[in-house]
Amino acid sequence: MQRLIKNGEIIDETWHLLDKDATLDGLSNSDDLIVPLGLWLEHAHALKARDGGLGVWLDSDEQVEAIAEDLQYFQVVALNFPVFSDGRSYSNARLLRDRYQYPGEVRAIGDVLRDQLFFMRRCGFDAFALRADRNPEEALESFNDFSNTYQSATDQPLPLFRRRA
Amino acid sequence: MYIYDEYDQQLVEDRVKQFRGQTQRYLAGELSENEFLPLRLQNGLYVQRYAPMLRVAIPYGHISAKQMRKLAFIARQYDKGYAHFSTRQNVQFNWPALEDVPDILAHLAEVQMHAIQTSGNCIRNTTTDQFAGVAADELVDPRPWCEIIRQWSTFHPEFAFLPRKFKIAVNGAEHDRAAIGVHDIGLNVIKNEAGDIGFRVLVGGGLGRTPIVGSQICDFLPWQHLLTYLDAILRVYNRYGRRDNKYKARIKILVKALTPAVFAEKVNAEWAHTKDNETTLTEQEVQRVAKHFTAPDYQQFSGDDADYLAKRDSEKGFNNWAMRNLQAHKVPGYAAVTLSLKPTAVAPGDATDKQMEAAADLAERYSFAELRVTHQQNLVLADVRQSDLYALWQECKEMGFATPNVGLLTDIICCPGGDFCALANAKSIPIAEAIQRTFDDLDYLHDIGDLDLNISGCMNACGHHHVGHIGVLGVDKKGQEFYQVSLGGNSGRDASIGQILGPSFAADEMPKVVSKVIDVYVENRTPEELFLDTFQRIGMAPFKERVYAAAN
Ligand code: HEM
Ligand code: SF4
Repeated sequence: MQRLIKNGEIIDETWHLLDKDATLDGLSNSDDLIVPLGLWLEHAHALKARDGGLGVWLDSDEQVEAIAEDLQYFQVVALNFPVFSDGRSYSNARLLRDRYQYPGEVRAIGDVLRDQLFFMRRCGFDAFALRADRNPEEALESFNDFSNTYQSATDQPLPLFRRRA
Repeated sequence: MYIYDEYDQQLVEDRVKQFRGQTQRYLAGELSENEFLPLRLQNGLYVQRYAPMLRVAIPYGHISAKQMRKLAFIARQYDKGYAHFSTRQNVQFNWPALEDVPDILAHLAEVQMHAIQTSGNCIRNTTTDQFAGVAADELVDPRPWCEIIRQWSTFHPEFAFLPRKFKIAVNGAEHDRAAIGVHDIGLNVIKNEAGDIGFRVLVGGGLGRTPIVGSQICDFLPWQHLLTYLDAILRVYNRYGRRDNKYKARIKILVKALTPAVFAEKVNAEWAHTKDNETTLTEQEVQRVAKHFTAPDYQQFSGDDADYLAKRDSEKGFNNWAMRNLQAHKVPGYAAVTLSLKPTAVAPGDATDKQMEAAADLAERYSFAELRVTHQQNLVLADVRQSDLYALWQECKEMGFATPNVGLLTDIICCPGGDFCALANAKSIPIAEAIQRTFDDLDYLHDIGDLDLNISGCMNACGHHHVGHIGVLGVDKKGQEFYQVSLGGNSGRDASIGQILGPSFAADEMPKVVSKVIDVYVENRTPEELFLDTFQRIGMAPFKERVYAAAN
């Protein structure tokens, strides 16, 4: 079973992440599902009527503005990193948290690697589906890579210059 | 000069520790080549033709004598005894071993230096005028703003993986010695009529394959808003910049595709949400940073030093040097001195460990123990008493710093090219050398006057050939090294991109081609005209005619 880093701990994954081209056909009614943005936009009504938990995932070239009005329906918003060097999901995460005040889980999916976790967390991610071939226990160490930060971000709204003794 | 407090120091030490771990995981095979790549790049480590290259930041070109000695130590201990000062006010070591890089970074951290974000698709080292704080034509000192930008951009979590690298330059003087028109963001610090400080903001300039001069998107940004506005620009770029093609990924392509007006609208729409948030700068922070850049303890002089002027009259060599290598200082009786790293037959910008130590020593004795690195790849002592200049000149001669060619044709900007760089189409250093040898008559060089000759070994334009008054670009012609020449580029105020002269030349033709171009200028100029002025007046045709007429 895939494991997830959430709030600094390793937990078992209970959600199902649907492929980008998934359709409504054969969708379980009771499973917790993270659906692709396209499916949500087309079938929001049907998806809302299910009993199971609902999340949505956005690819790096999709904009959070597309779900800004719908956030109350999602327990999870997952943002994809097709490759770790594609940094667009950092901005999407910050907008979700800072602009749209999304309170649920913001999950990093895709090419999620230890050396990016510190920055991801700063941008508002609180759950990390580390790439399957990586060891999540070791990755936890990276949250302590830096003891302080210069800029404001989602995790610390005050820049260092407003905190400097 | 900015001095780290415990926060700044802790952060660079954290970074050394992090990179040591990453290097160990890479060497142990836990990180793939591809995964290690952006990590090492964000620590300035390239792997190139013969060995890794480590690029160390010299933030906005300021370096203390103590830091310079540390660079000399690293060059000796971990490299082949020299280092290369780059056109982006950085320093590069060409031969360090990968395993040693964490140790090198630890040595650097001891003297408040680092290699953070000197490479990779992130916000790079901010650059400025090498004469910041001392130039007679300065309106506002850009250095506190550069340091504020440095701190804001260091480990910025949202912008560590931009579509492409991102460079910011700041200028606060009448003349633009920071080339703000060819940076991703160019900031011109100004004062408005009420005397308030703010920024004129240019965006989307750059060289490389698609050379473009930046467009102004804001004519006066009050200083309080600097960082929130930069955040807004970067966010728009991070979200909408192209990522499908690395040659179209710079912000200049986005600005051009949207048009500067639409780009500005997007930035303003984003900024409307974040303006006045906690990142808005405070008077207290600006003062905290600015107090590191106050004037040193200058002596009072009523005007120019009489002995110095007399020596200039009596000694031609000294006068030649003084004419080219001194910059007017805002304090009477002082001068800013350029130590040339461009003697003939040395790769432009190269300095040996001994030279670095000598430069540190000169700085300690003559210039408040500080130096500057210029984007023309020279060093500067910014605060020298005129009464010391003659003695300093003699010491410079001994150390090979006294080539009196600053700003002249032989003060060439040149990238490492095919001798060192895996991406090169052609060698560049031997071309620089051949041109320097051809123009060895100092009187003639002084007569030709200010002239920027810039050479790049490929269209990545590390040698800024597009903005050379004369630009030389290495091209590959059926596997042979050829050189394309452009004229009329300019990196100063009213920056412009050079126009191509015509078909390219073989290496051995290059000195002759440059000679002919100079001949056309000398024959056509009016007494007050510099090369660029004459070119702008008479245009390309006469140059073209002369160069190709004889070649046929
Ligand atoms: C030897 C190894 C080097 C490699 C592999 C290298 C590679 C590159 C590449 C690929 C670009 C183009 C990036 C783009 O346009 O997006 C570039 C740009 C640049 N390089 Fe280098 N470079 C090297 C050395 C240097 C050196 C030694 C200098 C300074 C003398 C330098 C200064 C620059 C500058 C200023 C630019 C930016 C031009 C612009 O504004 O677009 N590079 N480099
Ligand atoms: S311009 Fe080309 S050849 Fe020169 S250093 Fe840059 S990438 Fe290498």
